[in-house]
Amino acid sequence: MSRLVHPLEKFVRPGMETRIWCSGCSDGIVLNEFLRAIDELGLDMSKIVVVSGIGCAGRASGYINVDAFHATHGRAIPVAIGIKVAKPELNVVVISGDGDLFSIGGNHFLHAARRNVGIKVICINNFNYGMTGGQSGPTTPMGAFLTTTPYGNIENPLNLVQLAAAVGATYVARWTAFHVRRIKESMKKALTKKGFAFIEVVGICPEQYGRRHKMPRPIDMMIWLKKNSVISRELDPSKAELTPERIVVGEFVDAERPEYTELMRGQINSIIEGLEKEGKVSDVEI
Amino acid sequence: MRRDVLTGSYFTLGDIACAEGALAAGCRYFAGYPITPATEIAEHMARRMPEVGGIYIQMEDEIASIASAIGASYAGMKAMTATSGPGFSLMQENIGLAVMTEAPLVIVNVMRGGPSTGQPTRGGQQDVMQTKWGSHGDYEVIAFAPSSVQEMFDLTIEAFNCAERFRCPTFVLAEENVGHLREKLVIPEPHEIKLVERKRPKCDPKEYAPFKPDEDLIPPMAHFGEGFRFYATGLTHNERGLPRTVDPDIHAKLVRRLNEKIRRHAKEIIRVEKLYLDDADICVVAYGIVSRSAASAVRAAREMGIKAGLLKLVTVWPFPSDEVSRLSEGIKRFLVCEMNEGQIVREVERCNKCSKVSFLPKLGGEIHTPKEILSAMRAAL
Repeated sequence: MSRLVHPLEKFVRPGMETRIWCSGCSDGIVLNEFLRAIDELGLDMSKIVVVSGIGCAGRASGYINVDAFHATHGRAIPVAIGIKVAKPELNVVVISGDGDLFSIGGNHFLHAARRNVGIKVICINNFNYGMTGGQSGPTTPMGAFLTTTPYGNIENPLNLVQLAAAVGATYVARWTAFHVRRIKESMKKALTKKGFAFIEVVGICPEQYGRRHKMPRPIDMMIWLKKNSVISRELDPSKAELTPERIVVGEFVDAERPEYTELMRGQINSIIEGLEKEGKVSDVEI
Repeated sequence: MRRDVLTGSYFTLGDIACAEGALAAGCRYFAGYPITPATEIAEHMARRMPEVGGIYIQMEDEIASIASAIGASYAGMKAMTATSGPGFSLMQENIGLAVMTEAPLVIVNVMRGGPSTGQPTRGGQQDVMQTKWGSHGDYEVIAFAPSSVQEMFDLTIEAFNCAERFRCPTFVLAEENVGHLREKLVIPEPHEIKLVERKRPKCDPKEYAPFKPDEDLIPPMAHFGEGFRFYATGLTHNERGLPRTVDPDIHAKLVRRLNEKIRRHAKEIIRVEKLYLDDADICVVAYGIVSRSAASAVRAAREMGIKAGLLKLVTVWPFPSDEVSRLSEGIKRFLVCEMNEGQIVREVERCNKCSKVSFLPKLGGEIHTPKEILSAMRAAL
């Protein structure tokens, strides 16, 4: 009897232990759509590198059968920059969570987007630190009850789409775990984009977030996403509202700016050409 | 025409010699963040890197600098970052990541006075223990302590050779006094410079186990983008690189190997220089810039009839434990001179078997004078 093989199995790293993710978690949905996007684009798996940080979503890099690096907490983006700058021909993708990318690693996000390094960042935003047991984070909605906001969150959450747009990302989209096909289409766009691209996927975490907010089952959270999300048809990040009651999704930025590694290569080439023209070894005084 | 080895004689700065040493060693990726007194390394790299087709990138902080250097190393480049005390403290977590993922990497720390912001423009030797113990977990490192502009060049090359050979972060620990010292530098012909390249896998990519060591305990290193499609993680992992975080045997085996791959090769890594130690009663132990005052003091002592000798540590890590133990059997006293409140002196005390150990600290950024060391020797005997 022949074994039934999932069509995406060829993209999954052999030998990994059972998925670390809880049942009902949307990290698997995002991973699935990422693999489908690669499949549909027909990308060479040997030219993709996935880097992630720490946390539930940070485990994604391990499951994908490409070159992958699992960095320290918050540092996926600078590791990815080192890889991309050293080998610009590689498609370098960061997949991580909201706490990793926007709390401990927030500074790196700002500067990667500002520089327009051609890496792709996919953030699964589940509004809390899931792996450590449901603590509040930089995207936790006001009033949310988590293990470290037992009396309700009094901090204003970051709007990741607006942040990414403000610091110069050339592609910015937000979808929820409910919008699987749209996630995939955005990923395909990001993967073929030259500059810095950012996708936020509003995820579901029934185990840590949902059960503390009257949505204990995965289906409750999916219904919440479906009911409260609104698709924006304008490329306007100011419309990208995100509260538990109103989740505006869509594409918000799609622009072109000179990409960092191309600018760098251009500069290096012109400096070497200049030296060669003048027959000099170096123009620098020691 | 070699743009990376600018053969010739120069009168230049220690920090610049360090940068030129890196280029001569094949470094093609430098990531840094401005900090006194290491900034001149970054500035020189910013000018020189493009000339050799390499990359200079100024990151948003020291954490990003070291993280990106690890990424570049995995993409196949010889990578370096340079900093000083506060930046070095910020790098500690990712030093552990480089240890765990066995990323060849050179970290230069041009040491200033601490704690905290301390004395940005004054030198010190206060980060020696931090270099060995600063990141969490058990690990071994290799650290060189240059004492001159020439050694800033030579030992930076040695640091790259060790980083590549042993697949570990390797340190150049220079005092501000050496980083900002201006003296003669001779850059040799390219063929006179011995370079070591990291070991590369020869197997079929499908068979590749990224953390399976050879007999020398060092695993061959594939680069990203070559078709090996492997995973590297800071989590405890098996030889295939896959996370195995609760198996006690896998953890113990991995951590032991990471330590052993340095310990087993300690003899060939460790470098010391000895002066008049054959018949010495007192052995001055010093490293970096202090070793130069110590050498003067020892010579002066000999002229006065004091049987003094010098043990100069060229590598501070791994510590030359056997050498110090052996020496302790033939001398009456060690005198350890450091620009700190007592760091390497603890190692000397640990390895000392039958001698006595005195310590001469100096804080504030100034180097011990030969006279101070000489009076300490006379007081100790």
